[in-house]
This record gives sequence, C-alpha cells and structure tokens, in this order.
Amino acid sequence: MRGVLSDRMGAALLMAPLLLFLVLAYAWPFLGVVKWSFTLPTPGLGQYQALLTDDLVQSVFIRTLRIAAIVTVVSVAAAYAITVVWVRGSPAQRLVAEFCILVPFWISVLTRAFGWVALLSNRGLINTWLQSIGFISEPLALVRNEFGVIVGMTHFLIPFAVFPLASAMRSLDDRVLLAARGLGSSRMRTFWTVFVPMTRSGIIGSALIVFVFSLGFFVTPAILGGGRSVMIAELIYLRIFQSPDWGLGAAISVVLVLFVGALMALLFRYVRPKQLI
Amino acid sequence: MQQPGRAAEIKAIGIGKSFGSFRALDNLSLNIGRGEFLTLLGPSGSGKTTFLMILAGFVQPSQGKLLSDGTDITDRPAEQRAAGMVFQGYALFPHMSVEANIAFPLKVRKKSAADIKKRVGEMIERVGLIGHEKKLPSQLSGGQQQRVALARALVFEPGVLLLDEPFSALDKSLRGQMQAEMKRLHQETGTTFVFVTHDQSEALALSSRVAIFNHGKLLQVGAPDEVYDRPDNRFVAEFLGEINMLPLKGVRPADNGSTGLCEDRAVSMHCKAEKVRGDAILAIRPEHMSIAREAAVGENGIAATAIASTYLGAATKLDLTTRQGAKVTVSVPNEVAAAALSKGNSVWLTWPAEKGFLLPDGGQ
Repeated sequence: MRGVLSDRMGAALLMAPLLLFLVLAYAWPFLGVVKWSFTLPTPGLGQYQALLTDDLVQSVFIRTLRIAAIVTVVSVAAAYAITVVWVRGSPAQRLVAEFCILVPFWISVLTRAFGWVALLSNRGLINTWLQSIGFISEPLALVRNEFGVIVGMTHFLIPFAVFPLASAMRSLDDRVLLAARGLGSSRMRTFWTVFVPMTRSGIIGSALIVFVFSLGFFVTPAILGGGRSVMIAELIYLRIFQSPDWGLGAAISVVLVLFVGALMALLFRYVRPKQLI
Repeated sequence: MQQPGRAAEIKAIGIGKSFGSFRALDNLSLNIGRGEFLTLLGPSGSGKTTFLMILAGFVQPSQGKLLSDGTDITDRPAEQRAAGMVFQGYALFPHMSVEANIAFPLKVRKKSAADIKKRVGEMIERVGLIGHEKKLPSQLSGGQQQRVALARALVFEPGVLLLDEPFSALDKSLRGQMQAEMKRLHQETGTTFVFVTHDQSEALALSSRVAIFNHGKLLQVGAPDEVYDRPDNRFVAEFLGEINMLPLKGVRPADNGSTGLCEDRAVSMHCKAEKVRGDAILAIRPEHMSIAREAAVGENGIAATAIASTYLGAATKLDLTTRQGAKVTVSVPNEVAAAALSKGNSVWLTWPAEKGFLLPDGGQ
C-alpha cells in the first residue's frame, strides 16, 4: 500500500507544476471571462440572447464549423496516407515520411501562414507561374478567402492528425492482413475492408483532435482569410480588442469552450488517451 | 490449389530461402500427397514456418519451384493461391462478427448472398458455433476463436489447409479436444492439411506423415511410426522422444540385419548396417527395454545398476548406469522398478532385436 501511495504522490508532484500553471493561467482567468459574459454591460443573460439573434455571430459560427469540417476531412485523409507510408513503408520511405511529419513542428505557425501568402497571393509564386505558362490570364483567388484558410489550416494540422493514426496502425496485427490476403482478398480490398476498419479508433481520435484544434484557430485564418473569412477566435478578438464589446466576446468564448468540452468528452468515450500518442 | 472442393497435390522442388546471410531453408524437396495430413515438425528457427509461408505465398523462395497439381505456382501471389490458412493466434478480423469472418472468403469470391448464407450456416454448425454467429471474436473463448479460424479457412473449400501452430495458445485439455476435432475435419473435408508444430506428440498423434526440420534442412519424412521407430539420424531420434544411446563396436552386416558388440556382449539388430560400419550408436526407446534377472545366450542384453526412479502413475521411469558408465532410462511397470531398486545390485536390460536401430557414431 505504501508503495502505491508514494507512487501516486510522486506522480502528483510531477504533474503539479503543469496543473498549477493551467489553473493560474487558464482556469482562473477564464472564470473572469465567464463572469463578464453574465455582467457586461448589464447583469443578466442578455449577451447569450444576443448570440441567438446576432446574424454576424451566427454566420461566423457556421463558417467556423464548415471550415473545421472540411479541414478535418482533408487533414485526416492526407494524414492517413502519410501514416501508412510512415508505419508500413520501406525504411527509406519511412525516413521521408518522418521528415515530412516532423519538419512542420520546427516552423512557427506565423511563418507558415506568411509562407502560404507568398505562394497563394495574386502576385505569389503559383499565380505568377500559372500565368507565365499561359494557363490562366487572371490570377486565381487562392488567398484572403476560405480556400486560403483551409489550405493553411490543413497544412498546419496534418502532423497532429498523424499520431493517433500511427498509434492505431502500429497496434494492428500483421497476421490479420496476411490472413485476408490468404483468403483471397486483393491488396486493395484488404485495405478497405480490413485495414481501414481496424484503425477506426485512430480515425476517430485524429478527426476529433483536428476538429477541436480548428475551432479555436486564430493566426492562420486571420492572415490567410484577410478579414473576409473570419472565424470564431478572430471574432472574439475583434469584440474584445476592437469593438469593445467585452460581454459578447466573453459569451462567445464560453459557448466555444463548452462546445469543445463536449467534443472532448465524446472523444474520450470512444478512444482511450493512450491511443492518441 | 485452384480447384475448390478438390484436395491439392503439392510438389516442392529444391526450395531455398535466405534472409540476408541467414539460410532459413536449404534445398528442400518434398511431395505432399492429395488429401494427406502432413506435419512439419521442428524446433523454432528450423525453417518449418518459413516453408509454410512459402506454401501460402506470403514468402517468396530464393530458389526452387512449387507445383500444385502440376502447375507452377512459385510466383503466384497469396490471394490467387487461396490456400486456407489458420494462423498462430488465429488472426480473426476483430471488427467482424463470427458470421462475417467466416463469410469473408466467400464474399471476396463474389458468391451470391443465398450461397454465402447457406455455406456459412453449414460451417458454423460443423464447427459447433451455433448461437455465437453475431458475436465479435473478442467475446469468444480461445477454443471458440480457434473454431472460427478453422471454419473461415475451410468454408471456401480450399485444396490445401495450412495451419501454423494453431494450438499453441490453448490449455492442455482443450488442445486434445481441438486435435480430435481437426482430425475429424480432415476426414470430412478430404482436403490436404499441412500442419506446423514444435510438439512431437501432437505431430505423431495427428499426421499421416511427419516431416522433421532442423537448421533449415528437411531431415526425414515418413509415417509417425516410421520416423519414431526408425529415425535416420540422431536429431530425429532425440526430437521425437526419449531415447537411449549405447556405443557399439564392430558393427557388420549379418544374416538377418546386423550385429555388433555392446559393452563386450554381442547384440543383433534387424536393421541393416548400410551407412554404418565399425563404431556406431545403438538407439533404443525407453519403453522397448525391459528389466530381467539375466539375459539368455543370443538374447540382446546389457548389465546395469538401477540408481533412481520417477513414479509416473501408469509406469515408473527408471534410471540406470551400465558397467561402462552409459546412462540408460527405461519405462517399466511400477513393481518391476521397485524390485530392481530394492536389490541395489546388477540387473539386466534386454530388448528385442527389431527395436534397436543404428545411428552413425558421433555426428548428427
């Protein structure tokens, strides 16, 4: 018993700094935000009622959900392909895949967003090149819109989608795949009827992580959306620092946190935390 | 392997396989007869599983050819060979019900829904899984999972069923039960069975023929009694069960087999002294030796002293030492062992001439 107790104490001590930081830097200030949402400018549920009637807030919510959904589908699909190569490819393929997965982690989100602007803008590399080979006469609208936001966010989130998938693929018993082929199933059929269903928990985990991340994205949509494709986080920022309508900004924050909390609860009902790394 | 419902005849010709510098299989030639139950037996790393994987098409041989009913299938991928296969650990599809697991090979072959339903139903009945159709593999016991694996591998009537140590995860009583069941399935389906195990008693109990492997080489193939009673070499003799080895001098052919000198006493064997002359090893299984007060002239016998006994219930295992220090173990009735031990002095070990066989001196 003493051993167990001291182990637990040890674990608690190791986690304490992080927990303390979370409480002081996130939980405590957030309680203040919750308070604002009920008290500013006047006490009551006024801001939450406004949320239900404000057309702008609603359109931003819908756009955020739409972008998050598209980014999730594209990121998970792309991450799935990369992960298959990373986990099951030849040693050389694995090395290349690992490089592609890890390098983005070394480059800041800001740098990457401006990188995409350089590539996608009207006088960016892609448009210039397409025009120079005569493929298009007018530049394509690739940035300062939803498309640019989706490209930038997908690029940022693919590496995060990889890890739950890799964990699911690594725990898969190779003999089951051999069995399917031995029973007459082609490689393609084995992939779709055996491999993909067996990595289901990884797909769910990966999709929820990407979706939750997408909902709170700020920098990428702010830069690549160019103010025309505002997402929730940016709207909160605008309400608090520019309009100043602290009460409404706070209410949007509270709704977002509750929504993300509900999604995380759903995630952990289907997937054990261990499967996500 | 291509005609469903008909047992396949397989010919392996000069099969070799190297993994880097490791020689997993060396120049193996073997004919597997139509409808036979062949066991590949050997210690781990002996090449038996590699050979099974080559038969299945999961491993490509470095040398040699594989014929199935006369057709060269060496380069044919696994999914086109469609040998039924039962893996160690069963390898069931964890996301599919029992029914769906068994239906898988039929669905792949695009059978009609009615046909699939009928054949899956028959198979489920045959392996005794009625009432478990909708369960997932994780909801089944080890024995039940084993049955699903067998049903799934047999439902499309493959020409050959390959089994890779299917019973290694089961406890002893369940093992016996599944062995009997597999023998029954073999008789009912008439399919060629190729079974891999490292358990010699399992191999002897189940097979029509046993192929013994060691260090990537096929050492001997034969019926169970043949390899047990007349092993070609020391490894086969020792791997198939306990055996006594006595040094023999002056071995030469005789009228009815061969003779030699065992601890200065003439002994005779029914086997021919073909490969061995002069010095050799006389090998006798413990159950073929008996304890006697003395050995008559012309009878095979050697003097020994009993030193220890192990009570086994039905019989007693008695350890003895010969005059020249060779260790011998015999399996004798309990009262005989007690008498031999209580006397504390010399007894005679005797054996019939047809039960002793010659092995080359020293080497494997």
